[in-house]
Amino acid sequence: MKGWNWEGFFEYLTNYYLLEGALITLGLTVFAMTAGLFIGFFVAMMRMSRYKILSAPANFYIWIFRGTPLLVQLIIIYTGLPQIGIKFTVIQSTLLGLALCEAAYLAEIIRAGISAVPSGQVNAARAIGMRESQVMRYVVAPQALRIIIPPLGNSVNSVLKTTSIASIISMEELLRRTQVLIQEKFLVLELFTVAALYYLAMTTAWELIQRRIEKRFGKAYGPMSVDAH
Amino acid sequence: MQEQTKMIELNAVNKWYGSNFQVLKNCSLTVGKGEVVVICGPSGSGKSTLIKCVNALEPIGNGRITVTGVEVSDPKTDMPKLRSKVGMVFQHFELFPHMTILENLCVGQEKVLGRSHKEALVKAEALLERVGLTAHAKKYPSQLSGGQQQRVAIARALAMDPVAMLFDEPTSALDPEMINEVLDVMVALAHEGMTMMVVTHEMGFARKVADRIVFMDGGEIVEIGGGDSFFDNPKTERAKSFLSKILAH
Repeated sequence: MKGWNWEGFFEYLTNYYLLEGALITLGLTVFAMTAGLFIGFFVAMMRMSRYKILSAPANFYIWIFRGTPLLVQLIIIYTGLPQIGIKFTVIQSTLLGLALCEAAYLAEIIRAGISAVPSGQVNAARAIGMRESQVMRYVVAPQALRIIIPPLGNSVNSVLKTTSIASIISMEELLRRTQVLIQEKFLVLELFTVAALYYLAMTTAWELIQRRIEKRFGKAYGPMSVDAH
Repeated sequence: MQEQTKMIELNAVNKWYGSNFQVLKNCSLTVGKGEVVVICGPSGSGKSTLIKCVNALEPIGNGRITVTGVEVSDPKTDMPKLRSKVGMVFQHFELFPHMTILENLCVGQEKVLGRSHKEALVKAEALLERVGLTAHAKKYPSQLSGGQQQRVAIARALAMDPVAMLFDEPTSALDPEMINEVLDVMVALAHEGMTMMVVTHEMGFARKVADRIVFMDGGEIVEIGGGDSFFDNPKTERAKSFLSKILAH
């Protein structure tokens, strides 16, 4: 193939520096999802509160972070905030931006899952004498979890790719490291192809894991299900 | 009504949906210990709402409801505790779909009553045997027929050792051939002296076990009569017209 350097391609495919970049991307994804779920759960609970003093800030937060691009959020956090004396390192800015942005999306997924549990289930749980926290813990949350697993899985896939945006503030994840290596021999197509393959390998692996998780959580509702509702 | 201990008492209960629509109008009713009261009436008459107010799944506007002397509408009342003493069976069963049948029967006993797992299992297994579903203990609700699910739901309520049972149209979501297996369990309960409030259209069941029939229409309790006297000699025109419609065939 004219213009394509196979040797360079395979060299970069097994490059340790890039592989490490992919691991950093994975780490960012895991962090964004974990922190996002944690913050998102509380935001969702606040949003569903009947007290405005709780729901209004949650609505505002979701509105801001879902309504603006992560790219802009990261630039504001890393480049803009120092202007008013708030300084974060690259890593801090990346973690903060990813977690806050993801939490806004996950809060909506969690809220949708909780509201999708039929009110009859809540009544049934209350009717046997459960307190509100028990209703949530034993009846609503497990059923909501099953509902949110597919969209949650899609979020993982999406976050995994979104972390590449952090390269713009020079966070050394997979894409940034790819760009750095390009300066070596200017094998642009080869290197970006390698990066794409890394992303593809990670999203594919996740898809397989997600399928298994969904199967596991669907157990009680198996193919024999003749839903009464 | 003979002199009995009052179990459930409703006193001039009113309830509105929004500011205009009144679902319950001045409803008063006393259910004695061991009494079986059937509530019937056309759809939209407020029967289900009334029964849900008894364990505060629906709030009331004004009036008073007491269960074993405890006031339901008092904000100081420990509602979860009161509810744990009143069993409720729903039209759509409402078994917990993510739990096996046994788990459905144990969760309330363990988490609400604080029974040990062993104790709860013994009780659950005895109740499953009673409703004839021992073979299904390890299954999930979705693997059972509607009639079986409703029997499990009754067993789940009984597992809490309730002092009274509320049934909200327990057979209306069932296929006809499954209605009797559920009614049989309810008849047996009634004969054992359980206090029951039953919203149902099953007039055969009402005639057989009801001490009293409450006829509701438009949010009001229009007529309260003894089982046979209500069916044979309804006093009000509205009850007559309702009975002629449902007993026509």
